[in-house]
Amino acid sequence: MSEVKYSKEHEWIKVEGDVGTIGITQHATEMLGDIVFVELPDVGSSVEKDGNAGVVESTKAASDVYTPISGEVMENNQAIVDDPGKINSDPENEAWFFKLKIKDSSELDSLMNKEEYDKFAKESGN
Amino acid sequence: MEIKKTSLNKLHQDNQAKFVEFAGYEMPIQYSSGIIEEHKFTRSNSGIFDVSHMGQLFIYGDDNLTNDLEEIFPLDLHNLKLNSSKYSFLMNDKAGVYDDLIITKLEEGFLIILNAACKDNDFKILSSLLKDKYKMVLDDQRSLIAIQGPKSVDILNQILKTVADLNFMSGNWFTYKDQKLYVTRSGYTGEDGFEVSISNELAEVFTKELLKNGAKLIGLGARDTLRLEAGLCLYGHELSTETTPIEANLKWAISKERLNKGGFIGSQNIISQISDGAKKIRVGIKPEGRLIAREKTKVYDENEQMIGEITSGTFGPSVNGPIAMGFVDHAFSKKETKILLEVRGKKYPANICGLPFYKKSYVKGAN
Repeated sequence: MSEVKYSKEHEWIKVEGDVGTIGITQHATEMLGDIVFVELPDVGSSVEKDGNAGVVESTKAASDVYTPISGEVMENNQAIVDDPGKINSDPENEAWFFKLKIKDSSELDSLMNKEEYDKFAKESGN
Repeated sequence: MEIKKTSLNKLHQDNQAKFVEFAGYEMPIQYSSGIIEEHKFTRSNSGIFDVSHMGQLFIYGDDNLTNDLEEIFPLDLHNLKLNSSKYSFLMNDKAGVYDDLIITKLEEGFLIILNAACKDNDFKILSSLLKDKYKMVLDDQRSLIAIQGPKSVDILNQILKTVADLNFMSGNWFTYKDQKLYVTRSGYTGEDGFEVSISNELAEVFTKELLKNGAKLIGLGARDTLRLEAGLCLYGHELSTETTPIEANLKWAISKERLNKGGFIGSQNIISQISDGAKKIRVGIKPEGRLIAREKTKVYDENEQMIGEITSGTFGPSVNGPIAMGFVDHAFSKKETKILLEVRGKKYPANICGLPFYKKSYVKGAN
């Protein structure tokens, strides 16, 4: 069983046991435009909920990536570093950013489910 | 102040434009296909750019006007042929640039195309320099539509017969739906193309005809990546009142004849910078890998001494990698000089490189 949750910073996290796979949402990629560069957190580094965890750059501008929950980075997706265009074509599946070992699963409670996020994205319009 | 809209605003909306405010205008930054697609389409086919926010300044006068303008611009305007265009600058006494522009000789005077953000200030400066002796019209009744890319000539020639006969950097009047259009073969993308000055009322129907013939609307986002690949300066980035044309590596745009004699605004500083060398100079910069170094990124030499700053940086879709331009100390301006760029607190390797990043294909001998 896995569940997917969403942050107000337009990240998604898929939770499987104590492992979270994190990426940015389709809505985020539509706002950013063509993504041409991505920087991911190093494997082994610790990231804190709502803290910086990488950068994406589109043809227009650079934007920070935040992690929706805290943990230790177990793996990052080199395929999107080599071909950032994948983030535009399949942001919520193939183009995940990094996997982490979840530090405190109660942090997940503050995140939105799909329905809540879709409503949030539509209303925030940004 | 209320945001201004061009005559093509509705057409932009109908084509799913994302808008940004630019120089007081609501302008399309991109359409639904995105900057990279739009960029590549322009390089391979034909892109339409609404540049109606730019200033179209008509100055009417005879030889006296030519004399007076030669005291302002570093151009040999007496020998500028009818309907020929030149790239030039409006400068201050120290050769700092108020604006870069294209000036075209018309029968009854000159047409000067100005940057949107500068046009009102340019008008004031020029009115004052010309002491209000000549009729000057900053024409907001006309739109300006650029058509750029290798297929533009065929597409435009279907609508305006004989437009294909124009040479690069020259223009002429054409008739469209009983109105006069002024068309120059020029542009800002590194591609063959045209800029069409057309009445606001005909702008939309004309653009729709271009669309029907296979051209596509392209936003300001791709306009920026196209011009940067072509190594062209953007006012407010590579050019400002703090930068001279010599520092911006644009000596080619200054008439040799005028350089020898001087007598234009800023000429003293230009001439002394040519003989003594400018301290800083505009260069192309190629970051290694995929790192994008944007405007204001600091540039260091290999010993981590600061030597300059980036003025424009983005991803070049046709180059398929990051590209930038900036100013560095003259000593570090040679091609293939290794430099470091500071991005988000870390220093990354890059190289000074030649410009343009993307080779031009202008038509020189259409006739």
